[in-house]
Amino acid sequence: MTLPNQVEFTNRPTLLEDHQLQPHDSIWRVMLRKYMSNKLAVIGAILLFIIIGSALFAPWLAPQDPSKQVLLDKLSPPGDKYILGADNLGRDTLSRLLYGARVSLLVGFASVAGSIFIGTVIGAVAGYYGGKLDAVLMRFVDAVISFPSLFLLITLVTIFEPSLMTLIAVFAIFGWTGTARLVRGEFLSLRSAEFVLAARTLGIRNSRIIFSHILSNAMGPIIVSATLGIGGVILAEAALSYLGLGIQPPIPSWGNMLQSAQNPQVMLGAWWYPLFPGFMILITVLAFNFVGDGLRDAFDPKIND
Amino acid sequence: MNSTQLLQPMEQTESANKIPVEPILKVKNLKVHFPVKAGIMQRTTGYVKAVDDISFHVKRGETLGIVGESGCGKSTMGRSLIRLNEPTEGSIIFNGNDITAMSEKELRPLIRRKIQMVFQDPYASLNPRKSLGNTLNEPLRAHNLHGNQRERDERIKELLNVVGLHSSSMNHYPHEFSGGQRQRIGIARALVLNPDLIIADEAVSALDVSIQAQIINLLEDLQEQFDLTYIFISHDLSVVRHIADRVGVMYLGKLVELADKAELYVEPLHPYTKALLSAVPSIRSKGAQTRERIVLKGDIPSSINQPSGCVFHTRCPVRMEHCKVAIPTLKEVKPGHFVACHLYD
Ligand SMILES: Nc1ncnc2c1ncn2[C@@H]1O[C@H](COP(=O)(O)OP(=O)(O)OP(=O)(O)O)[C@@H](O)[C@H]1O
Ligand SMILES: [Mg+2]
Repeated sequence: MTLPNQVEFTNRPTLLEDHQLQPHDSIWRVMLRKYMSNKLAVIGAILLFIIIGSALFAPWLAPQDPSKQVLLDKLSPPGDKYILGADNLGRDTLSRLLYGARVSLLVGFASVAGSIFIGTVIGAVAGYYGGKLDAVLMRFVDAVISFPSLFLLITLVTIFEPSLMTLIAVFAIFGWTGTARLVRGEFLSLRSAEFVLAARTLGIRNSRIIFSHILSNAMGPIIVSATLGIGGVILAEAALSYLGLGIQPPIPSWGNMLQSAQNPQVMLGAWWYPLFPGFMILITVLAFNFVGDGLRDAFDPKIND
Repeated sequence: MNSTQLLQPMEQTESANKIPVEPILKVKNLKVHFPVKAGIMQRTTGYVKAVDDISFHVKRGETLGIVGESGCGKSTMGRSLIRLNEPTEGSIIFNGNDITAMSEKELRPLIRRKIQMVFQDPYASLNPRKSLGNTLNEPLRAHNLHGNQRERDERIKELLNVVGLHSSSMNHYPHEFSGGQRQRIGIARALVLNPDLIIADEAVSALDVSIQAQIINLLEDLQEQFDLTYIFISHDLSVVRHIADRVGVMYLGKLVELADKAELYVEPLHPYTKALLSAVPSIRSKGAQTRERIVLKGDIPSSINQPSGCVFHTRCPVRMEHCKVAIPTLKEVKPGHFVACHLYD
C-alpha cells in the first residue's frame, strides 16, 4: 500500500539515528554557564562570599572586642584607631559590623530555612493531592496572609522578649505562605506532566514521585524564593530593630546598630555611624536579590544560552 | 493481519461465534466525566463528558488505532484504561481481571507492569533531572525485578540496543538527545517492565515526518519481537492507516465506528468517518473511485453541553428527524464492522 504525506515507512531495519552525543555535558555545567553570563549575579555571589566569609571569621577579623566600651572615644570619626569610627558608647564599628553580620545572617538563614520547610510541605501536599485538601490548605494560607502579622509580631515579641529564637520563629511562621503558594503551583502543573504520568504508569510510589520527580524539578523556584527571602528577612529584622523590637543590645545586629544611631544627638555630625550598618544592609539585600535573579535564570529551562 | 474472525461483537459476545482467543482488554460502557465547577462555592455546574459510554475489545497481538479530532477524548480514554483518569462508570477488564475499582496497591503488580504508555511530547515525557540510566533503572527497582544493579544494568543496556540507542548513552540527560532519540527512550521505558499492552498516545505526532517513519518502524519491529498489543491513538489518519489492524473513530467522547482498517478506510459507514476521511486528500483519492470532499458545517459542540440524541446530529449531512432524540448504539452491521448511526438501524 502506498502511503501519504511522502512518508517512507519502508526503510527497515530501523535505522540508528546519528546520535553522537556531546562529551558529557551535565545540567549543572549548563546552569553554571547561564549563571555566569549574568554580571550582576556574579557580583552578588562575590559580595555574598565576602560577607558570609567575614561573618564566619569575625573573631579573627575583628580588630577589637565588639562590646568593649571606651567612653572617651565615643563617636570617634573613622581614622587610624577606629577604621570605621566608634559608636556612642565608644565601641569599634568595624568589629560590631562583623559580629552583627553573624546575627543578621543567622536570623536570615534560619528563619528562611524554617519558612521554606513549612511552605514546601504544605504546598506540596496541596498541589499533589488537590481537591478538598488543597482547598482547605489554601484557605489556611489566605488566613495567615490576611492576618495582621506586624501586629502579632509586635505582641509576640513583647510577650516573649525579642530573643534570637523568638525572632527566627516569628519570621518562619509568617514567612512560609509565599513558598507554599509557589510550591503548590509547581506541584499542580508538574503532577500532570507527562513524565509524572509515566512514573505513575510504571508503578512508582507517590512518595518517590513527590520527592524524586516533582520536588527535584521544583527546586529552582524554591531556591530562588529562599534567596530572595533571606534578603527580605534581613530587611525585616532591621525594620523591627528600628522599632526597638529586633535583636536586643548589647548583641550587635545591623538593625540595632542603625537604631541606636537614630538618636538625634548621636546623629548630629556623626555621619559614619548610621552609614556603615545601613550600607551593609543595603549591599547584603541587593546581593541576595542579584543572586536570586541569577539563579532564576539558571534554573529556567526556557532561557537557553 | 486479518483479524476479522477474531473480533467479538460488542453486545452479543456470548451468543455470537466462538471466541478463539480471549481479548486482552475488554472495555464496557466506559465513561469519564469531569465535573465543571463554578463560583466561590465551587459547585458542580455540569460535566465534561470526555468519554461517554464506550465499549470495545482489544485482541491480543493486534494494533487498535483510535482516531478523532482534537478534544474528542482520545487521551482521556487512553489514560482511563490505566486509571490515570478515574473512570466514572463502566468496566475495564484486563486479562480477565476487572481493574476498574482496584486500589493502587492491587494495580501495581498487574497493570503497572503489564500495561505501559508511550507519550506524545518527547520533551515533557522525560524527567529532565534524571539520566537515561536512572529513568530506566527506577521501574526495575520499584518492582524488585532483577536482583542486583549489575543485572539491572545488563537489562538496561539490552533494552537500549533494542530501541536503537547506544548503551554508552546511559549517563546522559534528556536535554542531550534529539526528539527522535527521546522518543526511543520513552519507548525503552515503556518496555522495561516487559508489558503486554502498550498505549501510544500521539506517540509520533510531535516528530518530524522522516523521524515519524523510523519510530513507527521501531514500534512495529518491537511488536513482532515481544508479542505486544498496541492501542495507537492519533489524530493522523495516515499514520493510523499504516500501523493499525483495526481502527476506532471517536467523536465527542463516543466511539462512532469501529472496523478493520481495510474496510474502514475504503468503505466507511458513519457519516462522520466519511467526512473525516474525505478531508485527507491522499486517502480521498485512493479508493476505488475518488470520493467527494465532505465539508462539515458548524463547529464541534462543546463537550459540556452535548447535543441530545446522536451527538453528531448538529453537523450531520444526512440527519434524520429522530437523530435529535434517539441515541444510537454501536452495532455490528457487517461482520467485524461496528457503527453507531440510525442509518443502519
Ligand atoms: N482533567 C480534566 N479536567 C477537565 N476536563 C478535562 C480534563 N482532561 C481533559 N478534559 C476535557 O476532556 C475533553 C477531551 O480531552 P482529551 O485530551 O482526552 O482529548 P483528545 O482527543 O486527546 O484531544 P487532543 O487531540 O487535543 O489530544 C476535552 O474537552 C478536555 O478539555
Ligand atoms: Mg490527546
